[in-house]
Amino acid sequence: MRIDCKHVWDYISDYIDGEVDAELRAEIDRHLETCELCSAILDSTRNVVVLVADDRVFELPAGFSERLHQRLERELTT
Amino acid sequence: MKSAPNPEFEAECIRRILQGEKHLFHDLIRPCERPIYFLLNSLLRNEAEAEDAAQETVIKAYRNLANFRGDSQFRTWVLSIARNEGLGRIRKDQSRREDSLDALMDEQGGDYTPAFLTSWREVPMEALERKELGETLRKAIEGLPAIYRNVLLLRDIEEMDVKETAAALGITEGSVKVRLHRARALLQRDLAPRLKGFAPKRGRLFGWGA
Repeated sequence: MRIDCKHVWDYISDYIDGEVDAELRAEIDRHLETCELCSAILDSTRNVVVLVADDRVFELPAGFSERLHQRLERELTT
Repeated sequence: MKSAPNPEFEAECIRRILQGEKHLFHDLIRPCERPIYFLLNSLLRNEAEAEDAAQETVIKAYRNLANFRGDSQFRTWVLSIARNEGLGRIRKDQSRREDSLDALMDEQGGDYTPAFLTSWREVPMEALERKELGETLRKAIEGLPAIYRNVLLLRDIEEMDVKETAAALGITEGSVKVRLHRARALLQRDLAPRLKGFAPKRGRLFGWGA
């Protein structure tokens, strides 16, 4: 059975996380070999997922940890 | 720095804290600081209040440590305290209900068609040295509906697994997967066209270029 593009998009997230079964993965892989559109959607989604995971994107406010542990220390010593 | 939980270290720490070595709580809570803060910032959408709520969460976790049963990860337990703290503050402030609490309930509808591209050149991690890329990513994430943003934050930014994310947010594992899929699709649609400018240039005149 040949799957269509919409079907591939529905499973992109699970595909990236390795949570599709072997049969579906093989079908998606076959589709991707010949579909530039879905390949680009998959690659760009995966790229976005990798980029947002970088610690430089979300950093704790300056001094957050120090202030937290100072407050905690006051609690621990009372 | 994101650090994976170490259950043996945590169990030992908790035992000793409850026996009186209170100062060990500093070490126990340290790996949880990032997810606590970012979950609260995602719920409250205000840095100063998120920081205050994060401190309150940590104090509550300390005071209630004897109630931690060890049937979930310590971090999961702390994050559920953070979530309750955040939701409690939202409930107190009626003016915020519309854009936060009510939005937490809606998982239906929406258009998840991706951005159509015919090719994609990968944006490398080094591009994050450019402040504007980080800013672009942050704004896009902040623009997601709350239910999707919270899941994306724990799964993709704090790199927690499906089970822990579900437990921390009080939703099913199925919901985590559905919401994560939609969050990623919305981000791809929003970001892909704009990120193209951060990819290395193709086809230098001589050789392959840097």
